[in-house]
Amino acid sequence: MTTSLSQAPASGAPRAYMLPSARRFLLWTGLVALLAWVLVPIYFVALGAFGGRTGVFRWPKSIWPSDLSVAPMMQFLNIEGVFNALMNSFIAAGLTVVFSILLGAPAGYALARYTFRGQNAYRLLVLLTRAFPLAILALPLTVSFIRIGLYDTPFGVSLIHTVLALPFAALVTQSLFMGIPREYEEAAWVFGCTRFQAFVKVVLPLALPGLAATAIFAFVISWNEVFAASILTVRERTLTAYLLKILSESPLHYRFAGGFILIIPSVLFIFAVRRYLFAVWGIASK
Amino acid sequence: MADIVIDHVVKDFGTFQALQDVSLVVEDGEFVALLGPSGCGKTTLLRIIAGLETQTAGRVVIGGRDVSGLTPRKRGLAMVFQNYAVFPHMTVFENVAFGLRMQKASTADVKRKVERAAALLHIDSYLDRYPAKLSGGQRQRVAVARALAVEPAVLLMDEPLSNLDALLRLEMRTELKAVLREAGTTTIYVTHDQTEAMGLADRIAVMYGGKIEQIGSPLEIYATPATRFVGGFIGSPPMNFIKVRCEQGIVRIGNITLPCPAGCEDMELGLRGEDAMIAADGSGIPFDVRVVEPMGSHLLLTGSINGQLARIVAPPTATINAGERVALKADPSRLTWIDSNTGRAVGRA
Repeated sequence: MTTSLSQAPASGAPRAYMLPSARRFLLWTGLVALLAWVLVPIYFVALGAFGGRTGVFRWPKSIWPSDLSVAPMMQFLNIEGVFNALMNSFIAAGLTVVFSILLGAPAGYALARYTFRGQNAYRLLVLLTRAFPLAILALPLTVSFIRIGLYDTPFGVSLIHTVLALPFAALVTQSLFMGIPREYEEAAWVFGCTRFQAFVKVVLPLALPGLAATAIFAFVISWNEVFAASILTVRERTLTAYLLKILSESPLHYRFAGGFILIIPSVLFIFAVRRYLFAVWGIASK
Repeated sequence: MADIVIDHVVKDFGTFQALQDVSLVVEDGEFVALLGPSGCGKTTLLRIIAGLETQTAGRVVIGGRDVSGLTPRKRGLAMVFQNYAVFPHMTVFENVAFGLRMQKASTADVKRKVERAAALLHIDSYLDRYPAKLSGGQRQRVAVARALAVEPAVLLMDEPLSNLDALLRLEMRTELKAVLREAGTTTIYVTHDQTEAMGLADRIAVMYGGKIEQIGSPLEIYATPATRFVGGFIGSPPMNFIKVRCEQGIVRIGNITLPCPAGCEDMELGLRGEDAMIAADGSGIPFDVRVVEPMGSHLLLTGSINGQLARIVAPPTATINAGERVALKADPSRLTWIDSNTGRAVGRA
């Protein structure tokens, strides 16, 4: 990913201007179609969320927003428990990001840098954790969570979400670290770094883009996950779990508001770390 | 400044023995090249000296201090890597300053030393650029400057020029020699390129199959190879080896006889293409010319002596045609005699 991007400014950009018009046309149509595919539904959800009761039922729909107000949104947020659920979602997703990176990145680093007995088995095992359906694990988990006292806490939910995100975190960071030449670290060692210093000063800055991508992934997994969150909580629900419960008995514009709130944080999060998705320094792997 | 003693170092990778009992002494301030084909263990040896690899047996002593068990950072050396390993997320200045910063040098000190190293390698005009914006040659300069900036007692270089194109390599080689001469650093330089080793080094250690075949000055190695391998590896064209039979101290080739050292019967006569002269009177070692390649500075003749392939260098003005038979003369003192059974040179004091 990073190498191709890094070369784009040098060779790709000037060539784009020279594309024959037919190809350029195709490129732009493709881009527009893709953007529409993603943005139009979001736009309509937003219209529904801010248009209020009348806006939702108006037919034919107007493309342009009219009589928008934040009132429906505020009403929605004032529904008992929504704000609390929103906070729970943020806590659970945030913790999932932290845990997946803290546990997954070292595992990925070990897989990338060291050869050890059972390495391939380990790699498979990491993925195998995803082979158990959550539905089967749910009941025993609930029982043990109640025993340990993790039941009905965002922390407990984040642990399960970490389990879901961890395999990908480990494997993505593995390929990420493999893409950073060992010589960088060796050079750092020779010039006076301990292993840890070399990691912090040399590997980490180069790995940031990939780590950001991993973080996004973990965040989105946690934010969107419904099943485990519904089962492991009763009052302290995450937003998805809470909405699942209340939306079926809510008016349509509330559902839109709920949907909109579900979409926004992921989009904002991706937007916030997008800078790191591109290789900031020109290369991450040589 | 420091000398390096490599004391009976062995390195096994599983069942493969990469280094078999290698010993080498590098004097203080000396420039030694480790020369050999790929897979001969030269890079492994360098990495053991650097502490990036751990030897299976043996010791490495730098400046009288046994560093065998120390981590790289405690060995007080600097290294230039084959693919430069210039940190892409730091400016050229920060790259060159890296080692000094790790030594916790004062800001003024860092600035002064970085600027001096940069001036030495002519990279002072792009100190604030990122490596991505530099060419391969410029990155290599940064890597060398980074190594020299810490004023290391020992400098290790792992094929530093092999990623550069031919012209740049020649230019960097000359410059490197001047810069290192001035710095007076003890240097070990790994290369598979014999012209680099010959041009740069005070002494060359030719390695093959995990062993050092011969250590000596470039001229010694060239003129008096200790083994068949060294003769065949050094020189362009490589040394010719002609199988001969030695009877009572005499070897017969064609219609002439040559005195040979006693001790064995099956021998190979090592003859450098440049040492052979074409005899005007027609008496000498018979050489059947098959191909004539005019190289500008010389004629490269490929043919056979006694039915065995040989390459001979002739003056550019000589008029020799393919298919001709010429007679070759050579100074007996410039001939090498190899025992066919051991592959080692014989008859040399």
